[in-house]
Amino acid sequence: MLRNFEELSPVAIDCLKEIGNIGSGNAASSLSAMLSQSVRMRVPDIRVLDYGAVIDEVGGPEKVITGILVTFKGDIKGMIMFLLEDMFAKIVVKTFMGKENVNVIQLDENDISAVKEMGNIMAGSYLNALAALAGFTVAMDVPSMTVDMMGAIMNAPMVEFSEVGDKVLFIDNRFVIDDVDINSNIILIPEMESLDILMKKLGVN
Amino acid sequence: MGTLTIGIGDLKACRAPDVLITYALGSCVGICLLDSAVNVGGLSHIMLPDSTAGVNGATTPMRFADTAIPMLIRQMESMGASRARMKAKIAGGATMFATASDKFNIGERNVAAVRKILMANRIPIIAQDTGLDYGRTQLFYPETGVMEIRAAAKGTRQF
Repeated sequence: MLRNFEELSPVAIDCLKEIGNIGSGNAASSLSAMLSQSVRMRVPDIRVLDYGAVIDEVGGPEKVITGILVTFKGDIKGMIMFLLEDMFAKIVVKTFMGKENVNVIQLDENDISAVKEMGNIMAGSYLNALAALAGFTVAMDVPSMTVDMMGAIMNAPMVEFSEVGDKVLFIDNRFVIDDVDINSNIILIPEMESLDILMKKLGVN
Repeated sequence: MGTLTIGIGDLKACRAPDVLITYALGSCVGICLLDSAVNVGGLSHIMLPDSTAGVNGATTPMRFADTAIPMLIRQMESMGASRARMKAKIAGGATMFATASDKFNIGERNVAAVRKILMANRIPIIAQDTGLDYGRTQLFYPETGVMEIRAAAKGTRQF
């Protein structure tokens, strides 16, 4: 039985990386369809990192970021969190609400719904990749979103998964929407029992 | 004058005019203690209320309110502070995401645990900025006893 990410073999990590790759590809096509704009994706960089390193990668504890949190359950359970640069929310709000260059820290309810919905679709892209590869059924909960300091946002997964260690699967994605490079980082944290089931199903570890 | 940074699940004590800072408290709580008679201050950044509820309480005592606060008190006492003179200022304990999951009420539970442990140690809370739904960076100046809170949308306030 796996107890934390540190116990994953290199093959198992490669396997998670591949799921991340497929998920990112799916996410780019769904985003493109929703935004009616060309969305390209640079090759994602996928690593197992501890929380401190994730916070540094994203720009430090006080960096203000859009965090969208989606929990999932079914054959496997866990949490997926999107950490998006301001530009992402700005493009979504411009596309759906017709507002130019909004201040991301003062979005109204409709703006938030639009951005959340994009998060929902992206979370679906990753989870479908996971579900399809392993033959699992996975159901997502309603996403929740906040725009705040990176460090404060990370409290949520740190607390929820404090017992399974300090490491998460970190996906560093770069989407190019209308020639604008947008950094989007994703952390994926399956419950350990679920990770164990997944690895057995895929025949690794 | 130096500035000491306290990470998540960490604690430090210092003498004025040194300054203590902890970044981006979400559901975590930052506890500032001061004995102004000897100018010894301390800051503890806790993540969870209770070390006996989880599996790793023994190995990471500075993450939990019930174990971290007594450790900070002892550290300050070893620098000449007296518990009977200590006063507390606390911040954090926000709810960062509105979800149904039980663990997300952790902010409130952290604040409740901190209150309980300070009360058990007879240390009064003389200022607080807790709850609500946003992150806070906390600075503590033992020289003046001022706790300064920075938030992304609300600017800087002093307590």
